[in-house]
Amino acid sequence: MGKPMLEVKHLKTKYVTRFHEDVYAVDDVSLVVEEGKSLGIAGESGCGKSTLALSLMGYYFAPLHYISGDIIVDGKNISGMNPDDVRKTVLGSDVAYIPQAAMNALNPTQKIIRFIEDVFQAHGIKMTKKEIYDMARERFAELGLPEEVLQKHAVELSGGMKQRTVIAISTILSPKVLIADEPSSALDVTSQKMVIRMMRQLMEKGYIKSMIFITHELPLLYNVTDDIMVMYAGQIVEWGTAKEMVFDPIHPYAKGLMGSIIVPEEGMKTHALTALKGTPPNLKNPPKGCRFADRCPYAVPTCQALAPEPKEFEEHRMYRCLMSVRKLREVYENGTRPEFETEFD
Amino acid sequence: MAQDQNSKQNLTEKKPCLSGRGVTKVFGIGKQAMTAVDHVDFDFNEGEIISIVGESGSGKTTLSKMLLGLISVTEGTIEYQGKPRDISSAAKKKEYWKNIQPIFQDPFSSYNIFYKIDAVLDDCLRMRGKGNASEEEKIALKTEACSFVNLKYAELTNKYPFELSGGQMQRLMIARIFLLKPKILMADEPTSMIDACSRATILDMLLKLRDEINMTVIFITHDIGLAYYISDKVYIMEHGKFVESGTAEECIIHPKSPYTKRLISDVPKIYEKWDLDTVVNE
Repeated sequence: MGKPMLEVKHLKTKYVTRFHEDVYAVDDVSLVVEEGKSLGIAGESGCGKSTLALSLMGYYFAPLHYISGDIIVDGKNISGMNPDDVRKTVLGSDVAYIPQAAMNALNPTQKIIRFIEDVFQAHGIKMTKKEIYDMARERFAELGLPEEVLQKHAVELSGGMKQRTVIAISTILSPKVLIADEPSSALDVTSQKMVIRMMRQLMEKGYIKSMIFITHELPLLYNVTDDIMVMYAGQIVEWGTAKEMVFDPIHPYAKGLMGSIIVPEEGMKTHALTALKGTPPNLKNPPKGCRFADRCPYAVPTCQALAPEPKEFEEHRMYRCLMSVRKLREVYENGTRPEFETEFD
Repeated sequence: MAQDQNSKQNLTEKKPCLSGRGVTKVFGIGKQAMTAVDHVDFDFNEGEIISIVGESGSGKTTLSKMLLGLISVTEGTIEYQGKPRDISSAAKKKEYWKNIQPIFQDPFSSYNIFYKIDAVLDDCLRMRGKGNASEEEKIALKTEACSFVNLKYAELTNKYPFELSGGQMQRLMIARIFLLKPKILMADEPTSMIDACSRATILDMLLKLRDEINMTVIFITHDIGLAYYISDKVYIMEHGKFVESGTAEECIIHPKSPYTKRLISDVPKIYEKWDLDTVVNE
């Protein structure tokens, strides 16, 4: 077991709306990412993936608020810190974040090298312009980006190139954790592949120690990350290695999600796509019982009343459902819902 | 899936619905001239789903705009149901648009934000000549269209488009198509802005449109996996030209052109290993 780079314990955060209503977007999330490992977070729009990413940075600004829980980055607890301190001491150097439209973050009036100088300045690192340029050039060369990019303006670069440039800039201080929130979903497949390859290089060369990758493209997660975690309505519903999650999902929601995978491979045409009906619950008043009960094809009345706790199985996997693993496997095989309330095990 | 056999059976009796010979579009003149679509030939048959696959900038959207009659054709002819297409006047264009309708990539910008959903659907009824129908009939038609796309009309009425999610908006777009019942549906990247779960629903609805009302669907995408799943025929486009065409099996499982092979290698897979090292650098 490697050294834990990011450890999150029972993290709870909320949004406060204009009307002073609380929306619990991240509810009791615990996770560990070890050194050299990557974790993928999957789930549909609105399930709290991006909010979790923002919460993990420890950088809270209205309407997002911290409630409770610990975020430990390489032994340092950053939860509950003052946002200003977080920005100065944690972001960039310990935790780096790449939002979905990162490529739009580049100011069109500045040369790329200026942003890199900015990073060093903001963290109070004293280096001359020449030293910064040499370091940036070296890092860019290792990541397969041409040196000319440093002297260009953002408008001269293509979308894929801009995205890769932003990733290179945000990891220039070799952060311990990189949080990538849909870094490739606005790009076409060829640029996407180059972004993914670059992130793999960052990991292999040790410029980042661990990675959290958020996307709804499951085939992508399967190829990029070691573990996959499925989120639903602010909670983790299942956790396992990438292979287990794609070929042997246990939770009914994970099962439905994996059924929506489309790849250009033989046999795909005869594969029936499963589309989950309905929409995620409103988190202003989350359901009392299982949050997935309304949409679950196998739900029984008890599911509406009793909230399931996370359960471990097969040593490292975890899921959140009232039914036992054996029962769920049986249910999937027969395709029928359990008849009796007591049939959970 | 059963529809595979059906499409094979019907292949012999299918008539071309939209075909083109030497269709070309050149933007700009003189030294600035840029050929976006370069002498393409195609025959889109009735009741088939045809995918046009290519990277950004390959000319897919320009071709779709020409087929829709939104921009002029520089050279070549487009035939609709065996006759040359005539969109020389505004009235004729309107007549043509009764037969061909689009769905665009971004559902959020496809609606007039000041109109309620009822107004959007009423507009379709007017286009179909049901503008003077009784209120009950209109509601019955609208309810039918909404239930076709798994939406509840009763929940939608009196709402504005921005109150819906992206997936719901895109489904409402398909409900519009169901009301209009055009011969051809031009779907330009209809699933690229919505998540994987709703994507499956949209694809199923396009298949349903083909199977239930024998609609021709032209599906434009950059995702070759989607194209393989949904289409009967696939055209692969590179720099304004079709480099490969044929049935989905021929094109995607046994590709011949190096461009197709590259596109397939760029998509993450789950059964085979995804080779990250053979990237063609920009």
